[in-house]
Amino acid sequence: MYGFEALTFNIHGGFLEAIVRGHRSGLLTAADYNNLSQCETLEDIKMHLSATESVKKMYGFEALTFNIHGGFLEAIVRGHRSGLLTAADYNNLSQCETLEDIKMHLSATEYGPYLQNEPSPLHTTTIVEKCTLKLVDEYKQMLCQATEPLSTFLEYITYGHMIDNVVLIVTGTLHERDVHELLEKCHPLGMFDSIATLAVAQNMRELYRLVLVDTPLAPYFSECITSEDLDDMNIEIMRNTLYKAYLEDFYRFCQKIGGATAEIMSDILAFEADRRAVNITINSIGTELTRDDRRKLYSNFGLLYPYGHEELAISEDIDQVRAVMEKYPPYQSIFSKLSYGESQILDKAFYEEEVKRLCLAFEQQFHYGVFFAYMRLREQEIRNLMWISECVAQNQKSRVHDSVVFIF
Amino acid sequence: MVGSSSSWSAALVHISPYTFAAIGIAISIGVSVLGAAWGIYITGSSLIGAAVKAPRITSKNLISVIFCEAVAIYGVIVAIILQTKLESVPSSKIYDPESLRAGYAIFASGIIVGFANLVCGLCVGIIGSSCALSDAQNSSLFVKILVIEIFGSALGLFGVIVGIIMSAQATWPSKG
Repeated sequence: MYGFEALTFNIHGGFLEAIVRGHRSGLLTAADYNNLSQCETLEDIKMHLSATESVKKMYGFEALTFNIHGGFLEAIVRGHRSGLLTAADYNNLSQCETLEDIKMHLSATEYGPYLQNEPSPLHTTTIVEKCTLKLVDEYKQMLCQATEPLSTFLEYITYGHMIDNVVLIVTGTLHERDVHELLEKCHPLGMFDSIATLAVAQNMRELYRLVLVDTPLAPYFSECITSEDLDDMNIEIMRNTLYKAYLEDFYRFCQKIGGATAEIMSDILAFEADRRAVNITINSIGTELTRDDRRKLYSNFGLLYPYGHEELAISEDIDQVRAVMEKYPPYQSIFSKLSYGESQILDKAFYEEEVKRLCLAFEQQFHYGVFFAYMRLREQEIRNLMWISECVAQNQKSRVHDSVVFIF
Repeated sequence: MVGSSSSWSAALVHISPYTFAAIGIAISIGVSVLGAAWGIYITGSSLIGAAVKAPRITSKNLISVIFCEAVAIYGVIVAIILQTKLESVPSSKIYDPESLRAGYAIFASGIIVGFANLVCGLCVGIIGSSCALSDAQNSSLFVKILVIEIFGSALGLFGVIVGIIMSAQATWPSKG
C-alpha cells in the first residue's frame, strides 16, 4: 500500500537511509565550488578539499575544550584589554601643553614603565616607539606560550606588518636612503631575519629569490613575480597584491579553524577587505592604473564581493564611489557623512567602524578573535597617541579631535 | 517470566544483578568526578590568566572551583550510599525478579547521578570561567554571575535527589 511505508521501512532500511542522508549533507555546495574555481594550483584544490570536512565543526561547543590550550592566554589578553586608554584618558592627554605633560599622564597608565626612563627633550617618535615596544612585548609573551593553532593565528596577525616593512625598505632603497635608517623605521612586529638584504634586490624576481622565499610571505608572491623593475607604481601594486593574498589566506585559515573564531574573524576580515577595496579605488582615481588591474587588487571575499567590486572597478570619481557604497547598509552610514568628499573624514569613519567591530569581538568567549581585536585596538591607540603628541608638539590642540578615535 | 525464545531479553535477564549494581556505583563516582574535573580546568585556566592583571579576583573566584568540587562530592556520597545497598543473596534467588529489580535500581541510580553531575560540572565550569573574566574587568558583576552558577549547581542536586530515591527501592529478596 503506497503511503504506509513509514510504518515498517525503518526495520531494515532506517539505519542505512539515515547514513546515506548524512553523506548527502557532505556534498559540496555552491560556495565550495566558488572557492575551488578560484584556486591557482592543484595544491590549493587539495587544501580546499581537505578543509570541507573540518569546517563542519559544531558551533557553540567550543566552551568544552577551548580552555585546554587557549584559556590562560584568552584571560591574559582580556586583562591587557582592560588597560586600553579610555575617553577620560584621551581628554586628559589632549589638554596637555607639552610632551612632558603627556609623558607624565602616560606614566599613570600601563605605559609608565616604558616611558619613565626617557630623557627630555622628548620627541613624538620616541613616545610612539616606546608604546609600540610595549605592544611587541605583550605579543611576544603571548606567542611564546601559545600552542597550535593559536600560535599560527598570532603569527598571521603580523604578516601585514611584514608586508609594510618590505615595501618600506624597497621604496627607501629606490629613493637612495640608507638601509639602517630604513630598518629603524620598520615596524617591530614585522621584522624577520633577512630583512636587510632587501636593499640589494633590483627587481621583483630577485627580491623573491634572495629574501622572500624563506619568509612566511613566500606563498603570496606567486601572483606578482615579474621581471619588471621596481618603481613607485609597481611597488604599490606589489604591496596591494601581497596584502590581497595575505587577507585571503588568513580568511581561509580562520574558516578552517571553524566555530566562533571563523564567524567573528570573517566579519572583521570582510570589513578589512572592503575598506581596502574602497581605498584602492579612491587612491587610483586619476592614475594610470587600468580597470582590470584595479579589479585584480580586490580580495575575493567580503560584502562587496563580487558585485560591488564590478561597480567600484569602473568608478572614476568619489561621487561614483559613494553611489556604489550607499547601496550596502553597513557602509551607508559612513558614506552619508561624506557630503563634501574629504578623505580624512573617510579614514576616521572607517577607523571608527573598525573599532566598533573589534570591540564586539570581546563579547564572546572561547575564540581567537579576541587576540586579533586586541592587537588592532592597541595599534589604533598608538595612532591616537601619535596624533595627540603631534598636535601638542605643533601647538595645534584644536585639531586634536579630528583624528582621535575613542575606543571606550 | 519472559519466553526463552527471545534471545535479547534472555541474555539481559541472565546478567547477574551484581554486575549492574557494581557498574552503577562505578559510573556514579567515575562520571561525576569527570564532570567535576572538566569544570575545574575550564574555570581554573581562565582564573589564572585573569588574575595576572587583576590579582584581587583570586580569593572570591575560588567559589566557582568549590561549586565544581561539590559535584564530585555528590558522586562520592551517592556511591557510598549505593554500596551499602549491595547485599548478598543466596544463589537460588539471584535471578528472581526482586533481585533483578534491586540490581537495576542501583544501576539506574548510578547513571542518574553520574550524568547529572557530568553536565552540572561542565555548566558550572563554563560559567565560572566567564565569571572570572568579568570580575577582572568589573567587580560588580561577580555576585550577579554567581547567581547563575548557583542555579547551575542545582542540576547536580536534582540528580542526587532522584538517585537516592531510586536507590531506596533496591531491596534484595530476603534470605528466608
